[in-house]
Amino acid sequence: MVEPLLPGGEPAILLARVPPRIPAVLTALLLTLGALGLLALAAVPLARFAWGAAVVHGGVLAAALALAGLGLAGLLAGAMPPAALPLSVPTQVAVDALSAWFLLVVGLAATCSALFALAHGARLAPRLLAAYPLFLAGMALALVAADGFTLLLGFEAMSLASWVLVAADHAQAENRRAARLYLAIAVFGGICLVPAFGLLAGVAGDISFAAIRAAPPAGWTAAAVLALVVAGGGAKAGLVPLHGWLPLAHPAAPSHVSALMSGGMTKVSVYVLARVLLDLCGPAQPLWWGVPLLVLGAGSAVLGALRANLETDGKTLLACSTIENIGLICMGLGLAAAFRAADLGVLAALAAGAALLHALHHALFKSLLFLGMGEVLHAAASRHLDRLGGLIHAMPWTAGAVLVGVGAAASLPPLSGFASEWLLLQALLAAWRVQDLAFQVLGVAAVAAAALAAALAAAAMVRLFGLAFLGRPRTPRAAGAQDGPWLARAALLLPAGLTVILGLLPGPMLDLAQGAVQVLVPLGMAERGGMLAVRVGDGGARYLPLAIAALLAAMAALAWWVAKRRAPASVRGPAWDCGFMPPPPHLPFGDPATQPSAAGFGQPLRRMLGGTLLAAREAVAMPPPGDPSPARLTASFADPADGWLLAPLARARDALAARAERLRGLSLGAWLMLPFATLVALLALAAWVGG
Amino acid sequence: MSFGSLPYDIAHLLGGAVLLMSFVLLYQRRLEAVIGAFAVQGALLAAAAFWQGFAQGAPHLYVTALLAFGAKALLIPLALRIALRRLGLHRTVETALGVGPSLLAAIALVGLSVLVVLPATAGQAQALTRENLALALSVVLLGMLMMIARRNAISQLIGLLSLENGLILAAIGVQGMPLVVELSTAALVLMLALVAGIFVFLLRDRLATLDTGDLARQRGEGEAP
Repeated sequence: MVEPLLPGGEPAILLARVPPRIPAVLTALLLTLGALGLLALAAVPLARFAWGAAVVHGGVLAAALALAGLGLAGLLAGAMPPAALPLSVPTQVAVDALSAWFLLVVGLAATCSALFALAHGARLAPRLLAAYPLFLAGMALALVAADGFTLLLGFEAMSLASWVLVAADHAQAENRRAARLYLAIAVFGGICLVPAFGLLAGVAGDISFAAIRAAPPAGWTAAAVLALVVAGGGAKAGLVPLHGWLPLAHPAAPSHVSALMSGGMTKVSVYVLARVLLDLCGPAQPLWWGVPLLVLGAGSAVLGALRANLETDGKTLLACSTIENIGLICMGLGLAAAFRAADLGVLAALAAGAALLHALHHALFKSLLFLGMGEVLHAAASRHLDRLGGLIHAMPWTAGAVLVGVGAAASLPPLSGFASEWLLLQALLAAWRVQDLAFQVLGVAAVAAAALAAALAAAAMVRLFGLAFLGRPRTPRAAGAQDGPWLARAALLLPAGLTVILGLLPGPMLDLAQGAVQVLVPLGMAERGGMLAVRVGDGGARYLPLAIAALLAAMAALAWWVAKRRAPASVRGPAWDCGFMPPPPHLPFGDPATQPSAAGFGQPLRRMLGGTLLAAREAVAMPPPGDPSPARLTASFADPADGWLLAPLARARDALAARAERLRGLSLGAWLMLPFATLVALLALAAWVGG
Repeated sequence: MSFGSLPYDIAHLLGGAVLLMSFVLLYQRRLEAVIGAFAVQGALLAAAAFWQGFAQGAPHLYVTALLAFGAKALLIPLALRIALRRLGLHRTVETALGVGPSLLAAIALVGLSVLVVLPATAGQAQALTRENLALALSVVLLGMLMMIARRNAISQLIGLLSLENGLILAAIGVQGMPLVVELSTAALVLMLALVAGIFVFLLRDRLATLDTGDLARQRGEGEAP
């Protein structure tokens, strides 16, 4: 029997509905990776031409779009079997739903970053142009790896390439210091992850993920793997106490790189944590398996949010906010591990889904905020909050986009940050369902920490937006700022639009993440997503983003209409100067000292919480009687991790170096003796062990 | 090829003779005698390589043998003798470790290398290869010992070259080792020896001594105040 011919348009639609074929995604992925590598090679000669930067950044933009599309395709297509990389060493890549989700995250963050770089990329040094595609390629390789070697290869490539980018402006001493610390932390991460995979491989020495899954670690091996991976992955993600590099490295890097580091790279580290601890180590781990992530995540969330309230540099502030959000994501992962161990599959899936969703949302709104701060830096020539102000008039587009990002970071409904933090809090509030009393107490403390962090983050975002965009300009340069070119505005509007859309559609996004959640929590989960609502189990709480958005819009329209009707015709007058005298004529925008300063805005929180958590100090220096000079208030704070961890480590390094320096004073005979004695000792050891 | 067959016995004999010459090197107190012992060791090594080439049916080992004989038995000893004459040295060796203790240490090192090699290679290789490896490791360790136990720069240089003899001995005893490995090892050590030779002349010119222990005092840093 002959089938009737389909009408012309029909086959195309049918084809489009069929999920992409499995090898096609992997092939496209490998081609993208190869293209990024070639782009890095070509960047060195291209850097000599004026249009070279545009070519490289355009190529990265295309690759980033391809990665995001492949991530989406992978999520729709489901898991695919591992394939070998065309290298001489045995390496494997595979895309399962977890990889695909993080590919989507990194791809979207990289798209925004590359768009911004394309808009502002003047001539750059060859090393910076070459490192940028390598950075993205390293991240993508780490995400699609299917064995430990490939994962570490990508992870380290990512670390090294981003180190080059952090050291972009190495003429300044503080940037050199930031790059040095960054490299040290990156090396530390590698040093921790390599033995962790060694332990996972066991005696057989097979580091492919399939082999590790077949023989998950147990006993002290598992504990050692947990400690090493939390230390190594956490250091790169910015978990307390190894977060010290974030507030230094992010301001040092160019803005588009800070956006990609904060939006993409920290997520890759989170991926490593999730992949190794929740997937590779198997579901049969005990209850305490998730506790380190939960505790460190809570600490990071509170400390990062509090520090964000005290920093006076815009990008440093955003970096501290990144620490907070990474902390929240890690809390979700830790909670998922604990729920899974307690056989609470639905709750575990809820926590894991919240973590994954927050990873995506944070990647977008933090990229947006970093790019917005980059636009401000470009236009007003400063990132210091005390040198900005009033930018909402000078840069309306940037201000509008940053307002969306700030709202999401402050987790206001109906924006994206609210949806994922709400899910996370719901999961945390259910921590009492675990039977262990100690864990219940920990859960209560974690709820308090997460709530405190959310409130502190909101305060920090109000402070950022208020100081940078509201009020009056504090410097002439801030008064003369302008919005960037259209391409730069697009780089801000794209993540802002996605932040709004994803905030309205958490249900469909949760459905999309279903496969990734299944990788982390293999037990089934209840259907929670939907177009209109997100539910927490049957009869639990519900969040209706579209309804809330409609309600908010209606209320805003009503308020606007009432104000319009009742108010008399608006008259513009001079800004009220808080009762100060009129400014002298050489200050046309008013005396900057009559506006709150960045440090002054943070003073209440510094006094309330900073004294204990951040060792904040205040000192008033009064002039002697008769001296007309003003009294001075100096306030400072120090991160406890710097004093308790980094400073002792630096001292230990110096002591070791001094000890090693003494070796140089040895005579030639002693020098010959050292390797000889080492060799003989090793041979004796071999004879003792082998015999 | 096992104990009692002619190829095995002769290969074993030659390898043992190379090791014996290492002991002789440690025992000598006069520089001319050290150089002579080194030349004999080179000749024995060449013979061992020749015999292995014959026994294994590997013609490239003849090349190794020829090179070893030309370089180790003829050219290098000749050059060292000429250098010795031009430098006009006092001809005795200053030892950092006495002859008796260094021989005792050498015996301990041979014991150690046998203890390491024989269990590690048990059941994996032919008996000849295993014994040969033990002998070669002993020669290497004795060469290092000589570099430590002697203070004279020329003795230390000979220690280095004798160490390289041990490496070649190991390479020829293993079947299927390509020529390029031996050649590159030999080239590396010869380069080192060349550098060391230049160093010896500089030492003589600047400091009027060949005692490398004196170098420590000539550094501009280190044991400062």
